[in-house]
Amino acid sequence: MALSLELVDLTKVFTASGPRDSISVFEKLNCRIEKGEFVSIVGPSGCGKTTLLRVIAGLEQASDGKVFLDGTSIDGRDPRVGLIFQEYALFPWRKTLENIETGLEFGGIPKKERRGAAMEYIRNFGLAGFENKYPKELSGGMKQRVAIARTLITNPEVVLMDEPFGSLDSQTRNDMQQFLLDVWQRRRDTILFVTHNVDEAVYLSDRILVLSRRPTKILKAVEATLPRPRDRTSPESNHIRRIILSLLSTSVMQ
Amino acid sequence: MKGKRLLSPIIFIVCWQILTLAEIIPAFKLPSPAQVLLGLRDLIQLGMPPGHPLLYHILYSLERVFWGYSVAVLIAVPLGIAMGWSQKIRDVVEPLVELIRPIPPLAWIPIAILWFGIGGTAAGFIIFLGAFFPVLLNTAAGVLAIDAILIEAARALNARGRDIFFKVLVPGSVPSIITGMRIGIGIGWMTLVAAEFTGVKQGYGLGYMIMTARDIQRPDEIIAGMLVIGIIGLGIDSCLRLLERRLIRWR
Repeated sequence: MALSLELVDLTKVFTASGPRDSISVFEKLNCRIEKGEFVSIVGPSGCGKTTLLRVIAGLEQASDGKVFLDGTSIDGRDPRVGLIFQEYALFPWRKTLENIETGLEFGGIPKKERRGAAMEYIRNFGLAGFENKYPKELSGGMKQRVAIARTLITNPEVVLMDEPFGSLDSQTRNDMQQFLLDVWQRRRDTILFVTHNVDEAVYLSDRILVLSRRPTKILKAVEATLPRPRDRTSPESNHIRRIILSLLSTSVMQ
Repeated sequence: MKGKRLLSPIIFIVCWQILTLAEIIPAFKLPSPAQVLLGLRDLIQLGMPPGHPLLYHILYSLERVFWGYSVAVLIAVPLGIAMGWSQKIRDVVEPLVELIRPIPPLAWIPIAILWFGIGGTAAGFIIFLGAFFPVLLNTAAGVLAIDAILIEAARALNARGRDIFFKVLVPGSVPSIITGMRIGIGIGWMTLVAAEFTGVKQGYGLGYMIMTARDIQRPDEIIAGMLVIGIIGLGIDSCLRLLERRLIRWR
């Protein structure tokens, strides 16, 4: 159900027209995310967080370096890596149930079987009564729950999340964070979670990777070993937040 | 609300009746609405030319439109999706399309008659030409307009190439395909009448019918025929609109 993820010297360079115009997005990133660990990535905007996830997911090619899943290198798109987008990216012509089924359908799972599996997600994800609604009829929080269900139903070994709650209002966002933790504590997926919201990272993660500005490096991996459920306003949470914020501000100053 | 929508047609018909009743416009040029209704009755009962009733003209015309339009849609939709999908295919097909498209379908009539002879096939070919390009270009534009993130989402869910084609590009371009089909049938129906002016062997077709009515000086039957053509065109468009509403409820 979950595997470790390791990045070794992972590098991404965008080449526009010649080597002189090339922009280094991130350089020689090295890190290891343990099986079942919840790791967040925070960093200044434009530091390439989204590109990093896209490279791990195989939607873009790395310029150099390797991605390892449980010790074996993966190349390009690997079905064991799932990706959840900030914009939900639901198929607007598919109803909730059909959206959740999509990955199983691509995998050739028979209709009856995938319908049963999708109905289970509908029940567990608070989507009962909305299975036959189109995405345009759902609220932002519901859309993201559909998107999460759509990815988790394919049982990826590593789940990448790209600012999944970035366009939600703060109350819905808090609810969704709690929801995601509940799901994760049941399943123990390996999660790599990109956010620009430090509070969110501290509330959710076991560990937070703080990235620098471009060319991006990992400034520090901050441990957040507070017991769950966490208190967002506790001194311990504040302490971790302060560390991350000061890392980020020095990074911007440089 | 319904009453308001009827207002302008009613005023139009009343003015028309007054103009003809007062003989401001002579009846041999513009018959009154009542005369047009009688003309319609003659078209239905006696036919124009006599022995060729309206129903047969309608069926022959619809048959030509059906074939010309169906072939156009069946070729234009897959080709349009392929053009939207692949830059290479687009680069190959587009120059030819841009070359042929500006030629009005009606300008094809002489060569169509040379190829197919005077008859239904030539008319069907003209309809094909009229409908083909709107369907093709709208379909291609529809595929191009699909949000790239949906294709990436499909890839992230482990879609293969054909999954992306059939389960993202095809459903995603349905709204544009239907728009193209509505424009296409409109143009096809318009070109039909003109295509049938050139004479169709069977002696049937709405265009042929109103042209014959002109030959024997029956303006009432010309106008009645024009109204029938308009109403059928409206009916076809309504059917497609119904289809549109059914197929793209998700929008």
